[in-house]
Amino acid sequence: MEILFLLVPLSVVLVFFVGVAFWWSLRSGQYDDLEGPGHRVLMDDDKVREKKSGK
Amino acid sequence: MCCGGCEAVARAIVENGLGDYYRTRDALPASPREAIPVALADLGIFDHAGFQKTFVRELGEFEREASLIIEGITCAACIWLIEKHVAGQPGVAGVEINFASRRARVRWDVRRTRLSAILAAVAAIGYVAHPYDAGRSEALARKERRAALWRLFVAGFGMMQVMMYAVPVYLAGEGDMTADIELLMRWASLVLTVPVVFYSAAPFFRGALRDMRLRRVGMDVPVALGIGTAFAASVWATLMAAGEVYFDSVVMFVFFLLGGRYLEMVARQRAVSVTEALAKLMPAFAARVPDYPEERSIERVMAVDLSPGDVVLVRPGEGFPMDGSVLEGSSSANEALLTGESLPVVKAPGSEVIGGSLNVESPVFVRAERVGEATRLAAIARLMERAALERPRIVQQADRIAGVFILMLLLVAVAVAVVWWFIDPSRALWITVSVLVVTCPCALSLATPVALTIAGGAMARSGLLVTRSHAVETLARVTHFVFDKTGTLTQGRLGVAGILPLGRLGGGECVALAARVEYASEHPVGLALREAAGKVEGRVECVVNHPGDGMQALVEGRSVRVGRPGWVSELHGQPLPDTARAFLSGEETVVALGDDSGWLALFRFSDSIRPEAAMMIESLRAAGLHLVLLTGDEAPVAAYVARDLGIEEVRAEATPADKHAFVAQLQEGGAVVAMVGDGVNDAPVLARAQVSIAMGGGAQLARTQADIVLLSENLEHLGQGYWLARRTLRVVRQNLAWAFVYNVVALPLAMFGFVTPWLAGIGMSGSSLLVVLNSLRLQGAKQVGN
Repeated sequence: MEILFLLVPLSVVLVFFVGVAFWWSLRSGQYDDLEGPGHRVLMDDDKVREKKSGK
Repeated sequence: MCCGGCEAVARAIVENGLGDYYRTRDALPASPREAIPVALADLGIFDHAGFQKTFVRELGEFEREASLIIEGITCAACIWLIEKHVAGQPGVAGVEINFASRRARVRWDVRRTRLSAILAAVAAIGYVAHPYDAGRSEALARKERRAALWRLFVAGFGMMQVMMYAVPVYLAGEGDMTADIELLMRWASLVLTVPVVFYSAAPFFRGALRDMRLRRVGMDVPVALGIGTAFAASVWATLMAAGEVYFDSVVMFVFFLLGGRYLEMVARQRAVSVTEALAKLMPAFAARVPDYPEERSIERVMAVDLSPGDVVLVRPGEGFPMDGSVLEGSSSANEALLTGESLPVVKAPGSEVIGGSLNVESPVFVRAERVGEATRLAAIARLMERAALERPRIVQQADRIAGVFILMLLLVAVAVAVVWWFIDPSRALWITVSVLVVTCPCALSLATPVALTIAGGAMARSGLLVTRSHAVETLARVTHFVFDKTGTLTQGRLGVAGILPLGRLGGGECVALAARVEYASEHPVGLALREAAGKVEGRVECVVNHPGDGMQALVEGRSVRVGRPGWVSELHGQPLPDTARAFLSGEETVVALGDDSGWLALFRFSDSIRPEAAMMIESLRAAGLHLVLLTGDEAPVAAYVARDLGIEEVRAEATPADKHAFVAQLQEGGAVVAMVGDGVNDAPVLARAQVSIAMGGGAQLARTQADIVLLSENLEHLGQGYWLARRTLRVVRQNLAWAFVYNVVALPLAMFGFVTPWLAGIGMSGSSLLVVLNSLRLQGAKQVGN
């Protein structure tokens, strides 16, 4: 059970790292538009193929 | 293809290899007229450095970034199309469009392209891009949203972690866990709860402080007290290594409350955008004619730079950029959103025009009289702001109960501490803490917001977007429902209501012929005829538009007129037959069709009542509400609609100020008023009413004032929403009653020392959980109702 004395503080430190990661993703605007990217990824592929076959 | 404009748009799309748009779009563009590319020369003004100052940022020596609002976006395919098309232009470094807000950011290299070229590229595929001032409200909204999301995340993640430390302690049997490990868990919980209490919950503490300074007890006071007490007691227990900790309850409580507030804020920001409202109403640009009348050349200027006396050319389909009077040309203006008048108003030389209304028929020269802040639209906006300030504050029941309760609780706690100090000083502290924790007003302060949030979610699914959470509660208490007419109870556009053939042609043929004559008309009559005819076939020649009278054209060698009966009879000189007299006597618009040999037909038009309106009125009347029709339209039309729907009280020909005064008068008599409207002229009265409901398709300005936006435009949902609101109020009352009973029972037990602190913790969480579960019934009931 002594391992808990290492693991519990470690989990606290880890939480702060996760917090920093979220803060960064929030700052870089990843939560500003939650719908658009989902649609965007669906449409891009066909476009490239079409252009190539057209030329 | 309906016209040359559409063809040009389609060609631009297909030639650029963007044909995918047609396969993936799931909504049609807004209207064919918007798809006509604007005159490219007009875009030149965007290249002036002085004009760009407000919305363009310099990123590097040659790189610039502009913020734009793009109009006409209806689905994800539109965004894809614009991004691909604009990114493919030479010199464009990047383009991003936000799906939710329709804002675009474009970056380009000034050495290789100009802003006007980019806007022309957007226009070529049929969208309209406006610059907008990114500096203020949008940036503010984004900052608010990010801060709220960050608070919510800190609370949510803190909650998960603290639970991880708390659950083992709950589950461990006697002696499973050594004292030092339990202490370790407590310290870990403490470290993670500190940011939740001091950062995430900061708005509650600030709100409580503000309330106390104003010497009133608002909703934030019990919340702050609950968080503060439980946290302080837990910290004390951790430091002393004795007693119980409640870190898990604290973080969970903060997370639930913040979650509700965040959802409410997102809904409000989605429905309301003041920048958009102002950008859309008044056109941003005007075509000034500096040397009128000698020289007709125009220059594009910003509407705010106009001064009284300037002469401006307004083309059909454009909005008037200021108040003024017509100098030359005749046309008609659609003022429906500003005055509630459902038919276009004829504008001849000398007529007054209102800024923000729409020129319908033909180009006119207008002399500016009042510009900017002096316009009637600006006056309406000011009236609206004032009304919003005057909005009678409804003291919420929960606040009152909680306020009294908190005061009592504090007195009791002090009394308990003093009494136990004399009986047994060693137990005094823990019994006082138990009293405070067991009676923690968590359930009491969750009772209202949780029920309102869940009801708001259920309403949103049927197209009623609640933007301010008090609206649901207030809607349930409403005594008077006041409706606007045009665009709210009615469709807001004309439809053919009756046909009386007078000559050799049948009714259907007459409609087809009239539609041919009106094939290019933007007048509501023309639109209604075309809609009734379905397909318009065959060419007509020499089409002449006589504003205020009608349309004349040459069809297969015959002159045909569609318009005012008196004007049509000038063509053939015959009086109206007696059979037509009865047809004319109604209150609705009647238009005649005739050629040079005689009368052909009469058409009757009316702004048709929404089909579901009668059902909603019936359902509201069943609830015993007083219904009023309040409109800017003429009295006979208003009376007709009211009679048809069964509304007893009618106020017609009301100006925005009249409407505001009428509702204020009702409120003085003790009425709780719900106002349903759609136009700009409704904005002040919407701001005044206790609950305001705007139609989703109405003016943006009206939507900014609305507590509830009816996105589905289906009035039946409004009726259902009302009943759901009443059910919600019932659930809120049950919640409050339960929380109160719980406290009344638990308090004496705690006072006499029967409740250990851990039992108090379970009681606190249990009572909150019960409140949440009871509120969830609203969701289930809604589904059964459907």
